[in-house]
Amino acid sequence: MEIPLEHVIGLSAMLFAIGMVGALTRRNLIVILMSIELMLNGANLAFVGFARAWNSVDGHIFVLMVIVVAAAEVAVGLGIVIALFRNRESVNVEDVSLLRW
Amino acid sequence: MSAPAVFFYLFGAAAVISALAMVLNVRNTVASAMSLVVTMISLAVVYVVLGAHLVAALQIMVYAGAIVVVFLFVVMLLNLRRDEFSQPRERLAKLAGVVFALGGAFAFLQLVPQSLPTVQAIPADFGSYAAVGRALYHDFVLPFEVSSLLLLAAIVGAVVLAKRRIS
Repeated sequence: MEIPLEHVIGLSAMLFAIGMVGALTRRNLIVILMSIELMLNGANLAFVGFARAWNSVDGHIFVLMVIVVAAAEVAVGLGIVIALFRNRESVNVEDVSLLRW
Repeated sequence: MSAPAVFFYLFGAAAVISALAMVLNVRNTVASAMSLVVTMISLAVVYVVLGAHLVAALQIMVYAGAIVVVFLFVVMLLNLRRDEFSQPRERLAKLAGVVFALGGAFAFLQLVPQSLPTVQAIPADFGSYAAVGRALYHDFVLPFEVSSLLLLAAIVGAVVLAKRRIS
């Protein structure tokens, strides 16, 4: 039995929504970064599902690019977290409102 | 139900449950990171079922192997205390979640079945290392090279940001 594309897209939408809820409601900067990773994984799953439906590996290339960007984002993001903790002794986003208007 | 379909639904459910465990766990950030590992590995199994073998291997190596290790390293380095949900926005987030879920379910049920292609039988070497590598080094060689520049910039940026200031 082939898995219908609707179910793949549904799973990807669920992961994306869970990640978005985490990014919006958590206050720990590290958990927010993890939630963003979850959203990227939801998008990756949609790419893989559509790649199989259209029988083309181009979607897999896009997933590789997303993985590269995610790795770069994590490296820079956690560098910022460490620099922030060194200055503020906190990773709570509500303690960091310097750029808030 | 065939074995690949069983694996898809089993590990898809595992990915969703562990993603929820990651987002809802406010006591322990290390446990959140371990839930993220479970999500990544479950998604790798889903990728194998969907024929993306190279992507599945990279998912385990890069996400479960490297990214989550960096997360755990930073969590243990900073020695974090208990986290809480954002209080002032909690009601707004719940309302937005209900609206988003209902709207998404409606759009999903109404629109998606009419426009999606049906899945055909896929060739044996679909998603293999050879097929993806051929596409990567023929059609997508410029993005591939640019991504190496991006990684270099990210490495330099991370080192500069995390470096201890020496006065």
